Amino acid sequence: MSAISTPRASGDSLDAANTSNSGTGRSRFGGTLYRGREGMWSWVAHRITGVLTFFFLFAHVLDTALVRVSPDSYDKVIATYKNPFVNLMEIGLVGAVLYHALNGLRIIAVDFWSRGPKLQRQMLWIIVAVWVVVMVPGAFFMFKHSFESLFGSS
Amino acid sequence: MTAAELPPGAETVSIPAPRTRTNTQRRSGSRSNTELYAWLFMRVSGVLLVVLVLGHLFIMNILDGGVQRINFGFVAGRWASPFWQVWDLLMLWLAMIHGTNGLRTIINDYTRRDQLRFSLKMVLYTATTLTIALGTLVIFTFDPTIN
Repeated sequence: MSAISTPRASGDSLDAANTSNSGTGRSRFGGTLYRGREGMWSWVAHRITGVLTFFFLFAHVLDTALVRVSPDSYDKVIATYKNPFVNLMEIGLVGAVLYHALNGLRIIAVDFWSRGPKLQRQMLWIIVAVWVVVMVPGAFFMFKHSFESLFGSS
Repeated sequence: MTAAELPPGAETVSIPAPRTRTNTQRRSGSRSNTELYAWLFMRVSGVLLVVLVLGHLFIMNILDGGVQRINFGFVAGRWASPFWQVWDLLMLWLAMIHGTNGLRTIINDYTRRDQLRFSLKMVLYTATTLTIALGTLVIFTFDPTIN
């Protein structure tokens, strides 16, 4: 298809990202670097985790700003965070930020590393593996206190 | 690809070829390299934020025992050190600008009416300016003996 074979600066590496069906712009299972499959879904997840983190950031600056009001008002608001429900949301936030950070590094590799576009799919599965390896012990240590308060071990 | 190769019911998607931009296609107002700098900023600030934010999350949520340990005295202890003041100030500015530029991109992508796009971006820039100003003020004027 002429659409894909049009010469352009990075055409070689982008075409190489599509593992087969050269010239159609589709990979073996359908989809391109950015449409369908891992390329698109990693992008969707990047947007969602980014927006969630950004909205949390506004709230976080506001609650911390209470230290400028009085120690008591700060401590009162922080006390409302000390329960298992907010603890679970914290784990979700850490998971979102960690995905966004790892996938951001993958995007940088796609943009600046000559083999990045070709290996973008493999890099996604690598960052997913890193995410799981970090989140399993991370969630364990973060939830430890809530678990003990819920189930009463000393 | 011929139609016979596609699964039944699948539609062919044609992706327009990327066009080489010529001067005649440039609209007024897009003559600067702002978008290039915004793109570059996302990558540079992103790398810095990986260290700053993941470090912050790891220290606060795991090493220092999470929100259970946090109160006014904890914050006072941390901000007694210029190192953590600079860390938090950098993180505040970089994360706010990084997030604002990300949301600006999302607004540009999904809004169709010019008026709505403009309004949403003005709300965003106002919220960002106020939040950066508030956070900066709090870090610089923090008083551990406020009471």
